[in-house]
Amino acid sequence: MSHHTTTPKSFWTPANIITAVILVVGIALTVKRFTMGIGSVTNLSDDNPWGIWIGFDLLCGVALAAGGYTTSAAVYLFGMKKYHSAVRPAITTAFLGYAFVVFALLYDLGRYYRLPYPLTIYPGPTSFLFEVGLCVALYLTVLAIEFSPAVWEALRWKKIRHLAHSLTLLLTIFGVILSTLHQSSLGGLYMIAPSKLHPLWYSPYLALFFFVSSIPAGLSMVIFEGGLSHKFLHHKMDEAHIAQAPEVTLGFAKAASVVLFAYFNLKWIGVALGNSWSHLFTGWGAWFLVEVIGFVLVPCLMYAMAAREKNGKLAFWASIVTVAGIVLNRLNVSLVAFNWQLPAEARYIPSLEEIMITVFIVTLEITVLRFCLSKLPILHEHPEFKGAH
Amino acid sequence: MKRRKFIGLLAGAGACLAASPAAAGGTHHFEGYPDSHGVLFDSTKCIGCRKCEAACNKVNEMPAQPVPFDDLTVLESKRRTHHDTFTVVNKYDVDGKPVFRKIQCNHCLEPACASACFVGAFVKDKTGAVSYDAKKCVGCRYCMVACPFEIPTYEYHDPVTPRVRKCTMCQSRIEEGRLPGCVEDCPKGALIFGKREDLLDIARERIRKHPDMYIDHIYGEREMGGTSWLYISGASFESIGMREDLGVTPAPDLTSGALSVVPAVVGLWPMFLTGAYALTKRKEKIFEEEQAHAVKDAVAEAEAKASKKLKTAMDKAERDKQAAIDREVKKALKDAEAARKKAESAPADEQ
Repeated sequence: MSHHTTTPKSFWTPANIITAVILVVGIALTVKRFTMGIGSVTNLSDDNPWGIWIGFDLLCGVALAAGGYTTSAAVYLFGMKKYHSAVRPAITTAFLGYAFVVFALLYDLGRYYRLPYPLTIYPGPTSFLFEVGLCVALYLTVLAIEFSPAVWEALRWKKIRHLAHSLTLLLTIFGVILSTLHQSSLGGLYMIAPSKLHPLWYSPYLALFFFVSSIPAGLSMVIFEGGLSHKFLHHKMDEAHIAQAPEVTLGFAKAASVVLFAYFNLKWIGVALGNSWSHLFTGWGAWFLVEVIGFVLVPCLMYAMAAREKNGKLAFWASIVTVAGIVLNRLNVSLVAFNWQLPAEARYIPSLEEIMITVFIVTLEITVLRFCLSKLPILHEHPEFKGAH
Repeated sequence: MKRRKFIGLLAGAGACLAASPAAAGGTHHFEGYPDSHGVLFDSTKCIGCRKCEAACNKVNEMPAQPVPFDDLTVLESKRRTHHDTFTVVNKYDVDGKPVFRKIQCNHCLEPACASACFVGAFVKDKTGAVSYDAKKCVGCRYCMVACPFEIPTYEYHDPVTPRVRKCTMCQSRIEEGRLPGCVEDCPKGALIFGKREDLLDIARERIRKHPDMYIDHIYGEREMGGTSWLYISGASFESIGMREDLGVTPAPDLTSGALSVVPAVVGLWPMFLTGAYALTKRKEKIFEEEQAHAVKDAVAEAEAKASKKLKTAMDKAERDKQAAIDREVKKALKDAEAARKKAESAPADEQ
């Protein structure tokens, strides 16, 4: 640029320009979706009713927001006080994660304005989707209250902040129950379709798989986001956050390693239970091994090494592999291994516009998250509420 | 923390969930409504004339199709149902001979769509029909994910009030005592409407009388727990595009077991978690107490040590002081002695 503005920081940084372009395109596609129908922007069909809006936005969105319940349970229920500084960032990302999952869902629902129907006038309790809806609605409420003290502190509303804070234990217990239920229910959704999901991925344990894997997903997101904010938002962090960060990373790495190993074992028990060994020697089997060894066992060992050698950098890389693995698993169950028996021309491949809307929603979420982290006492304690947690 | 009240609340929530039909499993077995209706399709009689498609289009007041129903060239490609086509006939080549098969909703005895729907928009009626209520539908399309026969379709291009669409078995016509549209217009008797029990008898009779014409299987008798539409065929069902690996488990049974864990989680988790919290608190308390004790002991010990040290120092000081006094006294005496000696010797010198 030939021209330098006199202000030290221009708003139009490259990141902000890209964000603005994505938001403008996203808004245009949003208008198209809501005036011309889902079919006008997606490649969904009668054979493939669920695409990336469910497979990525919902399934991955919820799994990766699991840092909220895992961190608050570790700190408030299991007394790991040394990880306290990780709670607020984790609750913040979880709250925004769930809020945007619900927002994204509005695009996918044909009659989005009826979203409260299952919870109010027409409950259908035989459906796993009913459980998902009920738990996500309740958990979003829990997260909103857990997140709110940061806002009350910024506004200096002491009484309501104190009230919200006094509910911490209750909300944490509720949060763990609701998370157990809906994280598993997302896997449970696919249990009704054994004839459509490839036997290596279909299992009566699907609900358990989704719940167990949500734990390392949540822990890894805390490590991953912690690493990122250390790099980019260091100036927003106070001494406690900076001092506790390595301990959080290594402690969570140890926990993630243990649970990933449990999950790895569980996946093989699933194969044994379905007696799907013969499928291992097909192309699908190779893909299954990529997921289970490359993205479960490998990060498990990386984490174990990182914890033993106190190597924070290695733990950060392991968190990236774990997160990628969770995304891979959710996409395999919902899209890749789903409808595997359909002829190639009937299979689903997302449309560009469909992907753009997903990118738009993720960008919107990151923008709001950046705003919250820079304006609210999340990575640092509010000076007037020091040590008040 | 009003722990007791909280646990009471959770127990209440658990009881509510436990009371839901999802938790019911075990001995339940549903054979279908007695006297419910169905349709028997006999592929040995179907000639692929598409009259059933035309009738369906008419009775359901569907838009005109791009290809007229008397054009049989469409049979050359495989088709599926759409939001404006509730039934299609496909042609399969079996050992060089064409075999035709009609596709529409099979109206399961225990439908996957009804089990999956989270607002109860699908209902299995006593007439045999599985009906859909657009007034409840949220448009999540989980019914389409769940259906093993890939039947429900969707109005993807309606932005405001899209509906799931599928064969209704002409429920309203059945209630009026009339035949479903497709059955009425079939010129070859490939479709027979009647009570499901009677249709099974007819099918069994045909297979028994003509074992060379039919394979010994009534498709729909047990598939996915049984369907109201039944099929008999001379060609294997797999060869005419029907899956034979679906099993006989009704769709609701696939999820009821896992769903029954929900009340257990709601019942047990609060106890485990408050237990974990209580253990943590107890551990912290014991740790604090032990720490306080240790500090007290350490202080006492330090105090004892300090006082001992002080006493030693005092004693030493006392001793030093005494020694200094003794030394001074000694020195004074010595000096006095010296002075005396000097005084004694001086006069002698002067003399």
